[in-house]
Amino acid sequence: MNGKENLEYKPGKLAAFFISIYEAFAFVMRFFKEVFRPPFHFREFIRQCYNVGYKSLALISITGFITGLVFTKQSRPSLSDFGATSWLPSLVSIAIIRALAPLVTALICAGKVGSSIGAELGSMKVTEQIDAMEVSAIDPYRYLVVTRVMATTFMLPLLMFYTGFVGMMGSFLDVHANEQTSFTSFFENALSSINFLDYWTSIVKALIYGFTIGIVGSYKGFNASNGTTGVGHAANSAVVTSMFLIFIEEIIIVQISNFIRMP
Amino acid sequence: MHVPNNISKEEKLISIKGLYKSFGTNHVLRGVDLEVYRRENVVVLGRSGTGKSVLIKIIAGLLKPDAGEVFVLGNDVQHLNAKELRELRLKLGFSFQSSALYDSMTVRENLEFPLVQNYRHLKRSQINEAVEQVLEGVGLSQTINQMPAELSGGQRKRIGIARTLILKPEIMLYDEPTAGLDPITSIDINNLINEVQQRYHTTSIIITHDLTCAKTTGDRVAMLLDGKFLRQGSFEEVFASDDERIKGFYDYNFIEQ
Repeated sequence: MNGKENLEYKPGKLAAFFISIYEAFAFVMRFFKEVFRPPFHFREFIRQCYNVGYKSLALISITGFITGLVFTKQSRPSLSDFGATSWLPSLVSIAIIRALAPLVTALICAGKVGSSIGAELGSMKVTEQIDAMEVSAIDPYRYLVVTRVMATTFMLPLLMFYTGFVGMMGSFLDVHANEQTSFTSFFENALSSINFLDYWTSIVKALIYGFTIGIVGSYKGFNASNGTTGVGHAANSAVVTSMFLIFIEEIIIVQISNFIRMP
Repeated sequence: MHVPNNISKEEKLISIKGLYKSFGTNHVLRGVDLEVYRRENVVVLGRSGTGKSVLIKIIAGLLKPDAGEVFVLGNDVQHLNAKELRELRLKLGFSFQSSALYDSMTVRENLEFPLVQNYRHLKRSQINEAVEQVLEGVGLSQTINQMPAELSGGQRKRIGIARTLILKPEIMLYDEPTAGLDPITSIDINNLINEVQQRYHTTSIIITHDLTCAKTTGDRVAMLLDGKFLRQGSFEEVFASDDERIKGFYDYNFIEQ
């Protein structure tokens, strides 16, 4: 045994856990360091925005529409008992704008975009494409991670507003079919119960969820190993971790916004 | 056929001293020393899993050694900051075993990517010219608009080499250039390595376990075994050894072929 070999350090399970937490933290912090430093890969950012936005649009349209429609249908009997079906537009708009639109958009994007980022970067990692970028004097973090995280953070609020609109349209369809409410009357009623704070809370939520989806997908992909099995694991783990973090963030943001809302 | 190069023994481009690297309990490199001179092609021979690829990944700064010194073009690779490492990497070409072509890009995009990202002031006409020139150099002009998935193994290797050549490197690092290729294609790749050396005046380290590749491309052969260089010299000098392990390696290759 050589003296040099005795220097080897093998961390225990607990130490390995804290090391992995530190590595994840360092990965996140690096984003804030790199995002303001040139060169900016604007073309790649636009390409990623297209991937995140346009390619999620069909799924988000269907899910958002059904969410609005079903929520209205499920709420009607309860309100009907009190003769309060005229409150449906307000109820639905509060539920959709405050909670459902950001959450549904985030969960769909975590599944579709998060897994796609995890799998793409994971496959680039195991086939040495990330190493190839590095030896070509290109910073793969800046080119691959910063652009993707920026794209998810930028696109989530836009997608959220779209989900909200489609969800409200689903709700309107049901309300119109049952109460013959006009489009103008429905939206006047619905939007009157939404205030400035509701919009801002939702935008902040979407920004945070977007960042979470991008950074988790990138982190899992960047740290993929063990060939194709590792790619599958990275994609799966990106979705599960993103969803878990999104729910935790939802709880925290709701608590903060309720605190601000209190008179 | 390999033409002996005009090697300047005065100018060391790569100098490695006492290099150690372990992965867990697997002690891959155990005190490696190597010097590579300008315009020299050094072949590192050894069985799979002996740390040959680890060695060139350390040279390129992709892996950090546990101990030892690595100087490339006079730079201590371990102590370079990000900017210095980037500048050094512009002078290094790395041909990966898997070719590592970017799947989502065409051949043209693969080739122009390092150029566009590193030299943003270049005009489109200059980029196109460089791409066409380097592609012609590896004899694959017709593949310019194809995707990597549409290429054969040999073509992928050639495009991988072309992608590194577009930055006009001083040092080329080849990781198993003939692995997974048929004997005819392997000969083509060996010839290409020699052509690159002649045309671009590069200094190269070629990692392989293929004796034909070693004999065809190497000015010097270094035999890596148990984490150390067992023997260095010309191909004939290395395999003139009475060491059973070297004889065994030669016989295995002979039987395999």
